[in-house]
Amino acid sequence: MIINGVTIDATFAEAFPMKATRAIITAQNEKWALIAAQAMTGFATSVIACGCEAGIERTLSPDETPDGRPGVSIMIFAMGGKGLAKQLETRAGQCVLTSPTSALFAGIESNIKIPLGKNLRYFGDGFQIAKVIAGKRYWRVPVMDGEFLTEATTGQVDAIGGGNFLVLAESQPQALAACEAAIDAMKQVPNVIMPFPGGVVRSGSKVGSKYKALNASTNDAFCPTLKGMTKTDLSPEIESVMEIVIDGLTKEDIDKAMRAGIQAVCDLGADEGIKRISAGNYGGKLGPFHFHLQEIMA
Amino acid sequence: MSALTLTLKYRPDQRVDMSPLICQNLQGMEPTEIGAIELQSGKCRLRVDQLFNISGSDTQAIVIRNSFDKLDFIGKELDGGAIIVEGDAGAYLAMGMKSGEIKITGNAGLYAGCELKKGYLEVSGNVGDFLGGALPGNKMGMKGGLILVKGNAGERVGDHLRRGTILIEGDAGDYCGSRMIAGTIAVMGQTGRYLGYAMRRGTLLLWNPPLLSASFNDCGTHTLAFLPMLFNAFKTLNSRFADVSAAFNRVQRYAGDMAEMGRGEVLVRK
Repeated sequence: MIINGVTIDATFAEAFPMKATRAIITAQNEKWALIAAQAMTGFATSVIACGCEAGIERTLSPDETPDGRPGVSIMIFAMGGKGLAKQLETRAGQCVLTSPTSALFAGIESNIKIPLGKNLRYFGDGFQIAKVIAGKRYWRVPVMDGEFLTEATTGQVDAIGGGNFLVLAESQPQALAACEAAIDAMKQVPNVIMPFPGGVVRSGSKVGSKYKALNASTNDAFCPTLKGMTKTDLSPEIESVMEIVIDGLTKEDIDKAMRAGIQAVCDLGADEGIKRISAGNYGGKLGPFHFHLQEIMA
Repeated sequence: MSALTLTLKYRPDQRVDMSPLICQNLQGMEPTEIGAIELQSGKCRLRVDQLFNISGSDTQAIVIRNSFDKLDFIGKELDGGAIIVEGDAGAYLAMGMKSGEIKITGNAGLYAGCELKKGYLEVSGNVGDFLGGALPGNKMGMKGGLILVKGNAGERVGDHLRRGTILIEGDAGDYCGSRMIAGTIAVMGQTGRYLGYAMRRGTLLLWNPPLLSASFNDCGTHTLAFLPMLFNAFKTLNSRFADVSAAFNRVQRYAGDMAEMGRGEVLVRK
């Protein structure tokens, strides 16, 4: 398949089941809501070493938030419910509770509840106040700038992590420009996050390493400087490869995001140095979710 | 299917225990069976069809017409369904209600909504003492749900209140919020003496400055983020509480009762 001169490989991205949650952070203005959200979703690019994958889903206008202030919706993905709950609570406590004027609310309904402010309330040292409003339980924790208002719990849902595609370009600036265009398009799709810095990862990995201590190492088949010394997947004109990883609530959400992103890359086309779109997988044996590039773009 | 309507034929001299006439008890019963139910009235037992004309058949929507202030225990432990009372109600209206909805067009007597667990009680007129309170000797009053009173309330509103919300459009008598364990009481009108007497936790939300005991300490003026959310939850009510102009988020905060645990608060509109 070729779109605008860009070859779409007959391959697939391999993704895994994860547990996810969403929270809504509000603040006095969007600037401070974003600061809290960026802090909370920082150092959360990959479950390999961060414990979770997290990102900002979108900003919310005051009429979309529970307390009528500007807000940001964030999503956190982890391999299991226990890890997710731990990450959520730690990050909420260190990054949102501490952030001026912030408030924290549940962003997703589910029968499975995980603590949001339920345990953070103890920071109030006995001065915290519970309020049940419209059937939902909130905590008012006294802090130095006033009160930290937080919902007690949020929902945990089944989700998918590890959807991805690779952008192969003639130069590094062209690969980055294409990925930026893809991220701009993918940010319009709900229920997904792209957890890596700016949504783009330049150090895609393969499973295993020559060093026994490591379970992942550089994806040498896609490293352009190794073309002459490894079993490469790159043709001579490819000088840079970047990857976009997508976590989403459902397969359809990831499908939509991948389609939007790949289309944005292809719109730049071969004239802008974009040669191929590929994807990362492990032969289809590890992850139950397969995202076939050509099917998505059909 | 029209609502099961019980129209009072005459006013008995003795008080009447209406507690058997709740939706879950009447489910699946024919009007003749309902008519044969006996209600305690003083030392006598009166058949329902002796006291009431019965019409309609939807037992999940009961209407009591010509009600007066000697019909006690209306909606006691109601668990689902709706009861509308046209007229006044006696004592213990909606006592221990578990879920559902009770609306009354007139006044209610003592202990309305006492130990209510969940559901919605709306009184268009006035209520007597111990609204949403605990029964004598008990240590826990209302545990959840919402009570709306459009008129005035008597003394000891929310005595031993544990959880839930009581909204009063008019005035509240003395000892409003006494011995509160938690929960919220909002009073648009005036409050009496000994407000929040021995309250442990909970919120008393007031539109007018109260006469506060010395055991309440001023915590200053504050803008509280939870208040707009609280008022937003009242938007669907047929009440002045739903009026946007009634809402506020700037309050004077008093903490108390310091003679007790002292974790309660009185919030007064600024």
